[in-house]
Amino acid sequence: MDALDLARWQFGVTTVYHFLFVPLTIGLGVFVAGLQTAWHRTGKEHYLRLTKFFGKLFLINFAMGVVTGIVQEFQFGMNWSEYSTFVGDVFGAPLAMEALLAFFMESTFIGLWIFGWDRLPKRVHLACLWAAVIGSNLSAYFILAANAWMKHPVGYEVVDGKARMTDLWAVLTNSTALAQVPHVVASAFIVAGGFVLAVCGYWLLRTRDGMWRGAARGALVMTAIAGLVVAGTGDMSAKLAFEQQPMKLASAEGLRHDTAGAPFSIAPGIEIPGVLSFLSTGDFGATVQGTEDLQQRFEKEFGPGDYRPDQAVVFWSFRLMIVFGLATVGLSVLGLWLTRRRRPMPRWLSRMFVLALPLPLLAVTAGWLLSEVGRQPWTVAGELLTAASVSPGVGLTEVAISLAIFTLLYGTLAVAEAVLLTRHVRNGPEEPQRAAVAERREPSLMY
Amino acid sequence: MIDLWFVIIAFLWTGYFVLEGFDFGVGLLSPFVSADDGEHRQGLQTIGPVWDGNEVWLITAVGAMFAAFPAWYSGLFSAFYLPVVLILVGLIVRGVGLEWRGKVSYPAWCDLGIVIGSALPAFLWGAVFANLLFGSAVAALVGGVFTLGLCVLHGAVFLALKTDGGVRRRSRLVALAASAVVLPLAAVALSSLDSLPALVAMGALAAAAALIWRRREGWAFTATAAAIVLTSVSVFADLRGAPLPGLTLAEAASGPYTLTMLSWIGLIALPFVLVYQGWTYWVFRKRVRVAVAPR
Repeated sequence: MDALDLARWQFGVTTVYHFLFVPLTIGLGVFVAGLQTAWHRTGKEHYLRLTKFFGKLFLINFAMGVVTGIVQEFQFGMNWSEYSTFVGDVFGAPLAMEALLAFFMESTFIGLWIFGWDRLPKRVHLACLWAAVIGSNLSAYFILAANAWMKHPVGYEVVDGKARMTDLWAVLTNSTALAQVPHVVASAFIVAGGFVLAVCGYWLLRTRDGMWRGAARGALVMTAIAGLVVAGTGDMSAKLAFEQQPMKLASAEGLRHDTAGAPFSIAPGIEIPGVLSFLSTGDFGATVQGTEDLQQRFEKEFGPGDYRPDQAVVFWSFRLMIVFGLATVGLSVLGLWLTRRRRPMPRWLSRMFVLALPLPLLAVTAGWLLSEVGRQPWTVAGELLTAASVSPGVGLTEVAISLAIFTLLYGTLAVAEAVLLTRHVRNGPEEPQRAAVAERREPSLMY
Repeated sequence: MIDLWFVIIAFLWTGYFVLEGFDFGVGLLSPFVSADDGEHRQGLQTIGPVWDGNEVWLITAVGAMFAAFPAWYSGLFSAFYLPVVLILVGLIVRGVGLEWRGKVSYPAWCDLGIVIGSALPAFLWGAVFANLLFGSAVAALVGGVFTLGLCVLHGAVFLALKTDGGVRRRSRLVALAASAVVLPLAAVALSSLDSLPALVAMGALAAAAALIWRRREGWAFTATAAAIVLTSVSVFADLRGAPLPGLTLAEAASGPYTLTMLSWIGLIALPFVLVYQGWTYWVFRKRVRVAVAPR
């Protein structure tokens, strides 16, 4: 165990943790904004109650997304100073743009939304929420453009041992990013959809109030549409990986040697012939490169070393991502069918919604493991190895201390957040009468 | 272009210190200047709508450093590793505490988080920059205590400016007490910066004390804000020659293409940011009163 291993663990722990909250912020924000828009348009009170109710859950989660995100921006400099010095010229630009163009908007307007219920005209107040939500989604684009560059670097040249940007537009329209952004953002809507469904499921089992069925229908539509986008862009990503990240593709499939008409492996030993070739090129007979042959080619190009990522992690995370993701989307399609034309929500389905709560979160976590473990041993594909990216001046003890602190703190906060969310879900929305009285006293979303 | 980006980054840090400076002070003081929970919430609501946006000044400053001076960014945060970890811990517990306080069964935990999470960064930023300039533990300690005191003063004046009743009265007393502590500290900390802006900052702090005494809260706040701006300007003027020991700005800088691109983006986006953040302060310009019926 050395500083490099711990620095990698720290990045993994803090990033996976951060991304439990981010998708909820992105997706739930849009859902709440949709509810408030519905209230604004129709004036029906149950929309307002739902806006306040889900708004509160959204804010509890929003806080966690914000504070865990701060760590991310400092971490590159703290643990990965060689990486930061090498890539800053290119990689720093989308990060700076994210702060300037997205975070300012998100943070400023969310403050206006929380505290502006009785100070702003209704229309302006609603616009503030939309501005905050757009900020969240925009930030996803910039950070994913930066991330995509690590896997498929474009628009740069290496001068004096540092990457120098030559084309910002190329960085921002990287084909890898254009496939990844809708994939990740749509998966965020699935996570949020799964969350809303679990909450609605809980209440559908307890009351006859029609508003829960309505909210659940909304979430079902959102999840099903997002599912289509995720599947489509996932297919795009696979085809791009075939060209840009062949080692990741081969590892995800456990394909050891270059194979024409490569089979798709469902689990070790169960294969469907030709399907991998078809999925990655559109041609059943195409040749897909295998890990062992790629390893030999990489050794010839980059010198001795092991260029294969952890095979088990990449292979299984790929499958778990698909299984958990499909299960969530499948459940939503089933729900849409069963509740068509004013049919009530079956009780067993409500129960399933509650039980399925962890599935989309597991799916996005598996997706990130596939994406980032599959990138190893590189931080910047073909340019910089992870082992050469770490801070030379930071010792094992320092990384160990910070890893321990963050893990402890994050663990505690996770429990607190779970308890807090559960309590507010159980309390439910305020009764129509009480909501109106409380509103005159003090808006319920304030401190 | 390199100088321009150094100025932009100094501007962003300065904005951060001025804005989050009073957030830290308010976070630290709210439990101590309030007689009950209603007043406590009154205090925190003065920063409620704005603290998150204020914190983005830090995120943007750091992001701009990463993009414009990668070697400075990575050198600074890997060199001050453990202090930065503690700053991050502070910002985490403070943010969560502020957002969760009104929604939990035991707000005392959130209050603890807000106080500690405000004190840690308020002290540590001063310590980090003082250490960077003077390279000694004593300087770091003096710098840290000075910025902590400055944040308390700045926050107390802000509370007096933005509240009514008991909180306003007590905050004024705290501000007077704080200036009695900060002024001698400033004599040590600012004189070692040995520059004209630092000297004027001293004057601004003295003026702030007098203005609080005369209950001119708006002008007192202007004076404490000016003191922070001038201190920050003086610090960055000193850093310009060597942002890190043995590193020059030119060595640390990104290429001209990146800096040009970033300049255009910054030039277009920053005015919008300033306008809508300014608008937030306009919307919430009234003094915060205690809610009619505290929980």
